Amino acid sequence: MTAASTTLDPAVYADWLMRLGDNTLILGHRLSEWCGHSPVLEEDIAMANTALDLIGQTQLWLGLAGEVEGKGRTADNLAYLRDASRFRNVLLLERPNGDFGQTLMRQFLFDAFHLELLKSLQTSGDPRVAEIAGKAIKEVAYHLERSADLVIRLGDGTEESHSRMQTALDDLWPYVGEFFVSDDIDKAVADAGIGPDPADLKAAWRQTVDEVLRAATLNVPGEGYVHKGGKRGIHTEHLGFILAEMQFLQRAYPGATW
Amino acid sequence: MYAQMVTSTGKGVQSLEDMSPEERAFQERINRGEKIEPKEWMPDGYRKNLIRQIGQHAHSEIVGQLPEGNWITRAPTLERKAILLAKVQDEAGHGLYLYCAAETLGVSRDELLDKLHSGDMKYSSIFNYPTLNWADIGAVGWLVDGAAIMNQVPLQRTSYGPYSRAMIRICKEESFHQRQGYDIMMKMAFGTEAQKEMAQDALNRFWYPSLMMFGPSDKDSVHSAQSMAWKIKINTNDELRQKFVDQTVPQAKYLGLTIPDENLKWNEEKGGYDFSEPDWTEFFEVIKGNGPCNKERLGARVKAWDDGAWFRDGLMAHAEKQSAAKLAAE
Repeated sequence: MTAASTTLDPAVYADWLMRLGDNTLILGHRLSEWCGHSPVLEEDIAMANTALDLIGQTQLWLGLAGEVEGKGRTADNLAYLRDASRFRNVLLLERPNGDFGQTLMRQFLFDAFHLELLKSLQTSGDPRVAEIAGKAIKEVAYHLERSADLVIRLGDGTEESHSRMQTALDDLWPYVGEFFVSDDIDKAVADAGIGPDPADLKAAWRQTVDEVLRAATLNVPGEGYVHKGGKRGIHTEHLGFILAEMQFLQRAYPGATW
Repeated sequence: MYAQMVTSTGKGVQSLEDMSPEERAFQERINRGEKIEPKEWMPDGYRKNLIRQIGQHAHSEIVGQLPEGNWITRAPTLERKAILLAKVQDEAGHGLYLYCAAETLGVSRDELLDKLHSGDMKYSSIFNYPTLNWADIGAVGWLVDGAAIMNQVPLQRTSYGPYSRAMIRICKEESFHQRQGYDIMMKMAFGTEAQKEMAQDALNRFWYPSLMMFGPSDKDSVHSAQSMAWKIKINTNDELRQKFVDQTVPQAKYLGLTIPDENLKWNEEKGGYDFSEPDWTEFFEVIKGNGPCNKERLGARVKAWDDGAWFRDGLMAHAEKQSAAKLAAE
């Protein structure tokens, strides 16, 4: 650990790491719901594969969050024994899957942000963070390549696929602003040299998004109202149900090993 | 098995003397252990039989995603979730591999899927049983994948080249799957009282359906005799079932679990266990569509296909636009 990261309050640092791990956990959960139900066999495989990458990243981020927090909690403790108000993922990722277009659009909008975030974290002042980012970025670069490609092909496909993708974009757009809202935790982490100020990632994200959506012949909605709250634990109604399902065994049989 | 009750020509096996010169040459190649490759001559019956068998096997892999997928969102730890995701992804990959093998025989994946969706083609009866507690995921790996391996290991030597090569690859992954299933069973059987109960309950429910996977006795079946002459099938159903029981009983003992069969007894003379036959009436009901999950399983596949039509059409339309643009530029 560097001198910079030691100046950070462990509770604040752990909270920030949970944002990273909860994003990957909740999106991984949503993707895994598609297992066996995708439009074509190749997509079943791709969905499971992407979910698998994200769950692997969750183990690393939440593992580090537990270590930094210093209260002996493991990645599993954090994933399975926190209630909704302790979760720190952005709201976009807990949105229900909708049709396959909604799922792909959500994936693309997040992948484009996720990649910028990881690029920045590769040079984190905490080598543990840089190392996880270095591993995850290879997977996420591929996630983005894939989701961008499908958004383009479906946007510029049939009239129906175009209209579904445009609807997905319009529905999800109010949730992307939350990626870039900085709060005290982000500022403390940025001051400690561990992570970026999220606002600084917006220009690069916007460039990717504009390029892909233009190729997809989709109209980018204007800046409007931004739904937010996930990063400080104020979620939509959907998260409670995700957790009720995900945490069922750990909650019903406390103390068992699996 | 993953392919149960596959019908052949229905005529029984011809003697070499009764065969046409082409058929005789073909049969002699098989007898010598040569592999048959896609573009080579083969009897129509051989081709049809293989399409049915490989197609049914492929369908079983993709329908098989559903009972296990049922627990991915509820897997009890991040590691178990990751392992299960990887496993189900493997099953889908097996499906893809097998559809490709079937395509080398001149049938498209879409045609095979249409037949699955209309009920003309079947998938293994085992996937019409529900996964009700977490130990079921262990039991599926241990017993269902275990039974599948029992059938698929000999099929690595099957006469059709692409099928044989698919089996070699699939068997490697299946043996991992079986080990992960047994690993879950160990955690459950050696865990808390509640976990032990779940493990015993899973074994109780999956034991007989696993025995059914091999299909009814086929020692007198003309379909099986023809399939065996063509080396599309290597062992009889009874041989494989016996081997499975002999392998599984000591594994259950190690776990401290009881196999739900009062007649299970070591038979010194035959060097194997005597055991009760599964309820074949139930088996035929499940095959007919009356199993506990038939409607849900097939319904889920049909819904996925129908709901995904716009997605597939969109990708096709884009590809056509791209190739038209490319042509125009040339």
